[in-house]
Amino acid sequence: MSIPFARVKELEKSYGKTVALASVSLDVGKGEMFGLIGPDGAGKTTLMRILSSLLDPDSGDCVVAGVSVSEDPAGIRRIIGYMPQRFSLYQDLTVGENLRFFADLFRVPRRERIKRTAMLLEFARLEPFVKRQAGRLSGGMKQKLALACALVHTPEFLILDEPTTGVDPVSRREFWSILKKLKETGVTILVSTPYMEEAELCDRVALMHKGRVLMTGVAKDIAQGFAGTVYSVACDDTVGLAVWLKGRLTPEQVRIVGTRVHVSLFGDTGRAIAGLEREAATAGFSIAMAEPVPAALEDAFVAMIAERERRHDAA
Amino acid sequence: MINSRFFPLMRKEFIHIARDRRSLLILFLMPVLMMFVFGYAINMDVKHIRMGICDLSRTPTSRALIEAVSASPYFDVTVRYEDPRLTGELFRRREIRAAVIIPREFARDLGASGVARIGVITDGTDANTATLAQNYLEGLFLERSLSAGGVEFPVRIKSRILYNPDMESSHFVVPGIVALLLIMIGALLTSVTIVREKETGTLEQILVSPIRGYEVVLGKALPYLVLAFGIAVFIIIFGCLWFHVPMLGSWSWLTLFCIIYLFTSLAIGLMISTLVSTQQVAMMLALVATLLPSVMLSGFIFPVASMPAPLRVVSRIVPATYFLEIIRGIMLKGNGPAELWRPVLAMIAVGLLFTVMAIRRFRLKL
Repeated sequence: MSIPFARVKELEKSYGKTVALASVSLDVGKGEMFGLIGPDGAGKTTLMRILSSLLDPDSGDCVVAGVSVSEDPAGIRRIIGYMPQRFSLYQDLTVGENLRFFADLFRVPRRERIKRTAMLLEFARLEPFVKRQAGRLSGGMKQKLALACALVHTPEFLILDEPTTGVDPVSRREFWSILKKLKETGVTILVSTPYMEEAELCDRVALMHKGRVLMTGVAKDIAQGFAGTVYSVACDDTVGLAVWLKGRLTPEQVRIVGTRVHVSLFGDTGRAIAGLEREAATAGFSIAMAEPVPAALEDAFVAMIAERERRHDAA
Repeated sequence: MINSRFFPLMRKEFIHIARDRRSLLILFLMPVLMMFVFGYAINMDVKHIRMGICDLSRTPTSRALIEAVSASPYFDVTVRYEDPRLTGELFRRREIRAAVIIPREFARDLGASGVARIGVITDGTDANTATLAQNYLEGLFLERSLSAGGVEFPVRIKSRILYNPDMESSHFVVPGIVALLLIMIGALLTSVTIVREKETGTLEQILVSPIRGYEVVLGKALPYLVLAFGIAVFIIIFGCLWFHVPMLGSWSWLTLFCIIYLFTSLAIGLMISTLVSTQQVAMMLALVATLLPSVMLSGFIFPVASMPAPLRVVSRIVPATYFLEIIRGIMLKGNGPAELWRPVLAMIAVGLLFTVMAIRRFRLKL
């Protein structure tokens, strides 16, 4: 990656006393699928709004394909396609009318519009619903329509703010397979998500927390950089055990994965897990087996946040 | 222009209007309803005032006087009584709102000295009616005493009322309602349509396109101007047909001034949309900001000239003040721009003021 396609430089943004972004810098390469991962309030939406020129930062700048957001917001708007977090299409307009409206807004010439619309409808498998009002679509279909509308002017850079939040798992998978196909056409994609498993579908991710980027890199690498060990524990009372462990350790170290409980431990983890097993048995939990498993991105992220909070408290 | 982005916005807006039949129906029915309410309820001429007469004189002279009063359309003589002490009780029981007491000595005094007294009593709880009743009666008695006494009064008043000789309230109320409705509907529609897009988040989608500010404003506002204009034509014609309001001036001038006035209402609506973030608040604010000053301060009901000085100043920035002069001038007097240039210029100035303020506030950011 020589010159980044999109560069975010030391963005700062506060709403009154609340800091939304504290000196955020990012580089996104051309054709990359870049994920912004983080809980609510991490600053993902603010970052995306500044990047799409909807918000002015307090300081810092973004440059996309050589165009600066602060100097030429109209220029940026021609390059990007933006899909806000909330479904924001016209519910009383049909699928076809919504697409046509956004195409016209970007002055897509008639012939190209017809071709592009047909292609997008097929792509998103919305053809049978062209004449249906957007308000009568299912959640997954609405998101696909919103995506199609953001793509109708053939943007080079697609900004998607939590496109799969609140969408059923099947539609989520379909949505991501569409994104993958899009990426193959050369579109650069910046996508935010609160779902860790979706992060692993991105080329690279930035982990955001409280307005800061904690780390950027390939999801798998970040997970492997996890300093401790994750133990997977099976128990007849999964929920009960999780609650007990959260009280015994910190809530961040414990999470339920399927029918098992994953516990993140640091330092002399062999001794620690043995001790925990004994204590759990005394507390009345029958633990089948505790075995180490590869750390997931979420484990690494949670550990990083916990570490950060500790240092913050110390300082 | 053809290549502009505001055409798609406009087309979309027309689809919204056409799909929302219920709102459309309300938009056309509400003015008719308001016109009925205002056209009939705001009746300044007081007629059929219930009156009691206590004739103690019982002479041909007094009877002739009573006949004259009874013949007047302003009074209905509902009670005749003999004891003047009952007067207070009749007022208290709300049976009468005016009373005339002719004393026993009436005919004798008139014969002897040429001067007689009559008691006229009115109900001050409704000051307006009381004053009118007083005036009517005074006029009536003056006329009679002059002709009866055979005295030739040096000055004879011969009054003529121009433009609305029958003093029909509806003739000046109906154009007033047009002024009222246009500013209200224009501001309401414009503010609500922009704030609705804020609320649903669709504005975010529009703003992220390379659209320009004036394109958003024009694209959003023009369809509603067309709609408001349609409503204006509808209510003016309705007023002319139903209330027989005359149209003496030129339709084309009225149309032009109507459109200028509508632009002012649009600017007010736009400004409101920059101030609030929910449709409900926008609606409330639009109603309060337009209806209240337009009813109270524009001269719609209360003449501007009789307001206290600070309110007169406020009335100068109420666009309806000027449009009222214009529409009444055109419809009732047959005025044109030669006579109306002052209010027209003032209206344009106020409109520009609001437009500049609104555009300065309207931003293409969140």
